[in-house]
Amino acid sequence: MTMLLPRRGLAQILALIVILAVDRVVSPQFFDLRLQDGRLFGSLIDVLNRGTPVALLSLGMVLVIATRGIDLSVGAVMAICGAIAASLADSHSLPVVLAAALGAGLLCGLWNGFLVAVLGMQPIVATLILMVAGRGIAQLITEGRIVTFTSPDLVWLGNGAILGVPVPIAIALGMLILTGAVVRGSALGLLIEATGGNARASELAGVGTRAMILAVYVWCGVCAALAGVIAAADIMGADANNAGLWLELDAILAVVIGGTSLFGGRFSLVLAVLGALIIQTMNTGILLSGYPPEFNLLVKAVVVLAVLLLQSPKLSGFAGIMARLRRTKP
Amino acid sequence: MKGLPPVLITAIVLVVGFALCAVQFPNIASTRVVGNLLTDNAFLGIVATGMTFVIISGGIDLSVGSVIGFTTVFVALAIERWGVPPLVAFVAILVLSAAFGAAIGAVIHVFDLPPFIVTLAGMFLARGASFLLSTDSVPINAPVYSTVSDFAFRMPGGGRLSAIAIIMLVILIGGILLLRLTRFGANVYALGGGRATASLMGVEVGKMTIKIYMLSSLLAGTAGIVFSFYTSAGYSLSAVGVELDSIAAVVIGGTLLTGGQGSVIGTFLGVLIQGMIQTYINFDGTLSSWWTKIATGTLLFAFIALQQGLVALARRPAAKRAGATS
Repeated sequence: MTMLLPRRGLAQILALIVILAVDRVVSPQFFDLRLQDGRLFGSLIDVLNRGTPVALLSLGMVLVIATRGIDLSVGAVMAICGAIAASLADSHSLPVVLAAALGAGLLCGLWNGFLVAVLGMQPIVATLILMVAGRGIAQLITEGRIVTFTSPDLVWLGNGAILGVPVPIAIALGMLILTGAVVRGSALGLLIEATGGNARASELAGVGTRAMILAVYVWCGVCAALAGVIAAADIMGADANNAGLWLELDAILAVVIGGTSLFGGRFSLVLAVLGALIIQTMNTGILLSGYPPEFNLLVKAVVVLAVLLLQSPKLSGFAGIMARLRRTKP
Repeated sequence: MKGLPPVLITAIVLVVGFALCAVQFPNIASTRVVGNLLTDNAFLGIVATGMTFVIISGGIDLSVGSVIGFTTVFVALAIERWGVPPLVAFVAILVLSAAFGAAIGAVIHVFDLPPFIVTLAGMFLARGASFLLSTDSVPINAPVYSTVSDFAFRMPGGGRLSAIAIIMLVILIGGILLLRLTRFGANVYALGGGRATASLMGVEVGKMTIKIYMLSSLLAGTAGIVFSFYTSAGYSLSAVGVELDSIAAVVIGGTLLTGGQGSVIGTFLGVLIQGMIQTYINFDGTLSSWWTKIATGTLLFAFIALQQGLVALARRPAAKRAGATS
């Protein structure tokens, strides 16, 4: 398994390099970086910055998918938490705002996890409920308007910089390290993979599968909340209708591009984030190339299909046979 | 399954809900409102009929909303820009959407992939293709459109049973017959019961999967044509999120999302319940439109929880027996 990891990541890294090279051809100043007012600027930083929400979502989503689940509600959770953060920002201090928004995300995750782990609902259906109702709740909070705020603390979360690095990128990086440390620094990751591989068998082997499933949905909710707060901070407002719209699909796509099987059982945090970056690099590339942004969806569709076919059990069976043949030859 | 069949519960919810609405706003109980309910939800009823087949067979189709969007743009452009006679345009888009569904079904079967993610790719593809055709709203001025829009049966009480409502009812009845009386319908249930079992029973799983997604896309294309009649325009962003509305209608209608059980009539009741919530909110005036989403979500939860409970009840004796023998 450990031997497989670098080989698994190679395709994604190569894909990212190819797309970056294409972007460089399309826009010659793509790799130019400059420091202005103590913050780095440039297309590359832009890619990272804009990719942050999806990267954060994919950090939560990858663990959910590793348990053979899926969370369709992350876009709606983003909208709810962004709405909460925006409506509290001007009257409360940053810690209170963050606690409220992240707390709401935690509750959303708890609700999803409860439906899946305790009531035993299918994940697609269970999270569909919050996907449908959540955006309504977000609109309820903003009363259908776009709530704007001026609180410099919250704005800093979207536009500030730490040592030249934009805050959203720093947060995403921090969350990646934190998640990695918690999940891979302990047996937790293994237990999550066991749950996804075969929930019944793991239950019999003594894994607390219910607690695992509950925990991953809660984590996914918190990640979505953070993404929602950053998205709101970025535009200095909350738009319940459009915040996080379609992003659940982008997050799932990022995870799938990152080589995590939708059938559960194995996952890679770094590759999921890399998947999010690949998607964002593609989007930015299409924008820079001057093609209409409508091409985005078509390109995404082709990429999803290509990745799916590569992931197909049928095809990997074929590749497996080829690998075995090659191994027996010498 | 013991106790009340899920469809009956859905019917009771609809009747009680309608009665409560009618008590508060007596005008709701008029053929005028009922006629509008059917017309406004005609496209949803059509697409949800197809979704019922997919979900009973154990799959899911996320691409239908995009197919509707693509259809409206294609039809509008074909008639208004390319000068194609409307009927030819309709036939062309139905063939195209059926082929699209067949391709989705083929990918799901041949590569053994989860329908959720394949139809997700299909959703991106169809929406992207419609953006590519046109990002503007294209009005349709063909005479057929005004003829069809104006056509309606007068019902007693002044209600209008419009042409698109009739199309929906015809498709609905066709769907009920197809699911209940044909070998195809029986195979759909068999597939939902388990692919391996169905295959052992002699069901050609691959062919069935292709046909089921073909039917779903074909009905989505039909719903797109009906939607273009409803709005007299083609727009690439039309029917965003309709896949979720139709899944909600199917679930509220008592169809099990795990497959194997369900009915088209239940789906129709589910569509009517969603339409009723919308109508109530319109009548009330003080409630905002986002309450529709919250109410739909709450109902969705209630019905899934109910199903879950019923399934658990049905399984309990079997589990006990299995426990006793092992």
